[in-house]
This record gives sequence, structure tokens and C-alpha cells, in this order.
Amino acid sequence: MTALSLDSVSVALGGATIVEGISLSVEEGEWLTLIGPNGAGKSTLLRAVAQLVPFDGAIRLEGRRLGELGRKELARRIAFVPQSPLLPPEMRVREYVLLGRTPYIPTFATERRGDHEAADRALRRLELLELARRPLRTLSGGEQQRAVLARALAQEAPVLLLDEPTAALDLGRQQQVLELVAELRLHRQLTVLSAMHELTLAAQYADRLALISGGRLVAAGPPREIATRELIAEHYNARVEVIGEGGDPVAVIPVRRR
Amino acid sequence: MIAGHASLAARRAVRATPLLPYACGLLFLLGSVLVGLAVGPVHMGLGATVESAVGQLPFVHLHSGLSSSDDAILWQLRAPRVVMGMLVGGMLALAGASYQGVFRNPLADPYLLGIAAGAGLGATIAIVYAQGAVSSYDLIPLIAFAGGALAVATTYVLGRSAGAGRTATTMILAGVTVMSFMTAAQTFVQQQHSDSLQEVYSWILGRLDVAGWHQVALVAPYVAVSAVAICLHRRVLDVLSVGDEEASSLGIDVRRARLTVVVFATIGTAAAVAVSGLIGFVGIIVPHAIRLTLGTSYRLIIPLSLLFGGGFLVLADVVARTIMSPAELPIGVVTAFCGAPFFAVVLRTSKSFT
Repeated sequence: MTALSLDSVSVALGGATIVEGISLSVEEGEWLTLIGPNGAGKSTLLRAVAQLVPFDGAIRLEGRRLGELGRKELARRIAFVPQSPLLPPEMRVREYVLLGRTPYIPTFATERRGDHEAADRALRRLELLELARRPLRTLSGGEQQRAVLARALAQEAPVLLLDEPTAALDLGRQQQVLELVAELRLHRQLTVLSAMHELTLAAQYADRLALISGGRLVAAGPPREIATRELIAEHYNARVEVIGEGGDPVAVIPVRRR
Repeated sequence: MIAGHASLAARRAVRATPLLPYACGLLFLLGSVLVGLAVGPVHMGLGATVESAVGQLPFVHLHSGLSSSDDAILWQLRAPRVVMGMLVGGMLALAGASYQGVFRNPLADPYLLGIAAGAGLGATIAIVYAQGAVSSYDLIPLIAFAGGALAVATTYVLGRSAGAGRTATTMILAGVTVMSFMTAAQTFVQQQHSDSLQEVYSWILGRLDVAGWHQVALVAPYVAVSAVAICLHRRVLDVLSVGDEEASSLGIDVRRARLTVVVFATIGTAAAVAVSGLIGFVGIIVPHAIRLTLGTSYRLIIPLSLLFGGGFLVLADVVARTIMSPAELPIGVVTAFCGAPFFAVVLRTSKSFT
């Protein structure tokens, strides 16, 4: 079943068209990753899905237009992890994760037992229980990224939007975070729509890739069709070799001109 | 097993209402009120003050041993002033904490959006032009209130029309613009009527010199309404601290939440400023002292700001009216003079501040 469908979505910000007529659909439980050079419009498209920027066209969630859903209802269905989340330095990890329960809490009320349990589940899942009482500023980059994921997870939304989830992490942490997302996806039947510029990792983890360039969708399909030398050469203006294994791309390696 | 234990401990730590900070706040407020009642040119003694206070309760018949004139001084002169200190101090601290929350700016104070300059202009106009015409004692608060509210409304309209983004920063810049303009207008009016300089200055520097319970009753409803409204938003303020976009993706209507909190903080502050003039520092010092010592969540900071802000201003007023007795020092001078070093000490000794 289609979880998320985009029907000729365009976004114009400050008079400039950033995203132009993109149509895409993401199946339930699928992981689709948007790739493309800097400024291609990946983040903007994600922010349109999260209803953070105005857009033309239609975005449907399980067949319903996003505009029909109330703000809170939407937040119960779509969790958004921005590229560089603002972390209040003195806030404790557990308090931060509990903020993920906001869509379930009436405007003037505070958390109930069920919210605390959901936060605990998210903390346990991301192995953060030991750090639960630490202020966010005392966490390492990888731990902070896990805390942000835990907050999104506590939101218990079936759709997870990740904007460059590995941008500030070292190689090992990048792998850990993506493994975690892969695991969560299977465990919780999550639909994941992410934006990444690291092509090797994008090709390894996503079910499908969608290549965006200049605000338009160039091609979408399984990694073996999208992460190709020709497409990357054309749209990233880069010389690369793609190393595959049984037809599936495993690594996208830049090659120096000689 | 260990994980389960940690989870339970973590849950208990967050879920249980932290009673200790509230107990501290209440004790501090109560202590300040007693000191405020007992200390003055006519010495009452703490014991007699407490007895007389208990005697005021319904169904309690207790004679404090105070003479009837002492009793009148206590209940008709000092008590309204102490209550006024509580209301104004609590309100300024609460408004400061709210502004810091909605604008995510640690240096925000209740005067950020031009309320002080607007109220100052209003008060100056009332002092200069309405002197003797009507009882200016009643007129000054009214026009100061209107001036303050007008200034914030102008800031809001300007901020909205200025930026497509309508971000917190645009709003602060609009506040600076309105503040500069109103201050200039205030100075202009004041310089044209230098005979009123003394009175204008004494208003601007702030005082709690109230004429009985009448003015307390004037301010109390505004403070009560805005305190309740802001307390209801205390969790929303925590959500706003992760940024507008994330708060929005968590289901919060960011613009409406910010506007609501600003409106109520402004109403309360305008009422406080109208009767007490400009008392600086309270709105910054008190919330930060709480943040640095007792907790960083707005769920704690908001209610505690009321308690500690109230107590702090009552104590500051005790200093203001005793240090040069029988003359009075403007209370704004005391809050700045005591407040700044106090804040420096908190900054230095706090472990959690880096």
C-alpha cells in the first residue's frame, strides 16, 4: 500500500523555484532516499512533506491530503528529524525525548503514564537509558543524534523523515545510525523518507533512490539503476567508479582525473 | 535488571513533582513578606507581626499586642506595599522568563518589545500635561498602561509587516525600533517641561509607593490572569526551545503560541509598570538564578519565577525604604545594585553553566 504520495509538488521560496513538479510515491515500510547534488532541493522537498514550507501540488498520506489533517494529527503520523536539530544544552535527554509526545498531549496538559512509557521504550531502543539524566550538551555527536532519533521515535509516527541523518558523524557512527534506522524500520514497520548526499551509504541502505537535480526528479528506482556512473557523472559533475556486488552497488568512489 | 532499575529511577526523577524547589520558593516568599511587614521606621518585631498576621485570618481571635496605630501602619501602609511588591516582582520575573522562552533569547526581558519606553512616554505625558487637572495619581497608571500596550502592539504590527519570515529576530528588531522612537519622544516631551523632571525621573526609576489597597486591587486581576495563562503554556515553552520548525512538526502552532504568551506577558507587565514605573533587572536575574540553581525546564521556571520574583522585589523594597531612611531610594536602583553582583555570584558558583 502507498504510504506517501507526492503529486507534482512544487516549492517556491522568496520568488525562486526550488522544487519543480516532483511526483513520487513511497510504499508502506519502504525506505526511499533522495539523493542529488547540493542545492538540488532534497531538504526542501522533505520540509514540504513535513508541512514546514508552502507548496503547490498534492501530498497524500495514506490517500488523504496533508491539508485535511490537523497539525497534531499530522504530527502523530509524520516525525521529522531536521539536518541540524536545535538541542537546548541544559535539557536532560529524557525531557528531550518526552517532547516527542507533544502531539498526544492536550495543549495545556502534561505527560501521562503512557507518554512516559513511550519515552522509556524509545530510550531503551536506542540504548540511551544510561544517559537519560544527562544534559544534552554533555553528549557526544553520535549520542546526540541517537537522542534526536529517540525523540522522533517517541512520536510513534508511522512515517519518519530524516534530513541528512549522518551529516555530522564519523564513519562508524554513520553506520550505527543507519543500521539503527534499518532495524527500527523492520521492527516498527516504519516508512522512511530520507535525504542524503553520501552516495555509498544511501545506495547500501535504501530500498529505492530518487535522484533530484535542479529541483526536478531525474530518476527513481532501485540503487542499481540510480547509483550509476553515468547518472552521477552527469548530475554531480563528478568522475566516479561504482563498485558492485551481484549487480547491486556497494560503493561509489570518486576517481581523480589524470 | 540494571536497565530496568535505571529506567525506574529515571522515571521517578522526572515524573514526581519536584517538591523541593517549590518549597524553597514558598519559604523564600513567606520570609520576604514577613521581613517586608516587620521592617520600617516603626519597628514592629517579627513575633508581633506574625501574631497580627495570624489574627487577620478569619475565625482566629488573637491579639498581637500591637497598638491600634501600629496595626494601622502594618495593614494600611506596609501590607499593601508588600503585596504590590509581590505582584510586580512576580509578574516581571514571569514575563522575563516567558519572553526568554518564546524568543529563545537568554537576554530577553519584559521590556524587550518596547513596553518600558511606551509606558515611560505615557507616564511623562500624564505628568507633564495633566498635572493638577485630574488626580494624576490615578491618571498616570492608566496612560502608562495604554502607552506600554500601544508600544508592544506597534512592535508586533511592524515585526509582522517587516519580514516574510516573521521570525523571533524580526520581532526583536521591531522592538528596538519602537523603543528608540518612543524613548526619543519621551525625552523630547520631558526636555520641554524641565519643571517636571524630578517627578518623571522618580517614575522612571521605579517605586512601590502605593496609596493603600486601591492600587493593589487595580493590578492584581491583570497579574492573576496573565500568570494563569502563562502557567498553562509552560510545557509549550519547553517544546519551543527545540526551534520553531521542530516545535511545528511536533504539532504546535508556533506563531499562535508565541503570540498568546507575548500578549499575556505584556498585559501583566503593562499593569505592573503602570503602577510601579520601570524596575529593571528583575525579569532577567530571577529566571536565570532559577535556571542556574534549581532547574532548566520552563515547567519549573515559570511558576518559580512568580514566587522568587515576588520575594526578591519585596526584599529590594525593604532596602529601598530603609537604607536612606526617612528618604527613599528608587527601587530600580536597588534591584540593579543588588541584582548585578548577585547574578555574578550565581554565574560563578553554578556548576551547570559553561
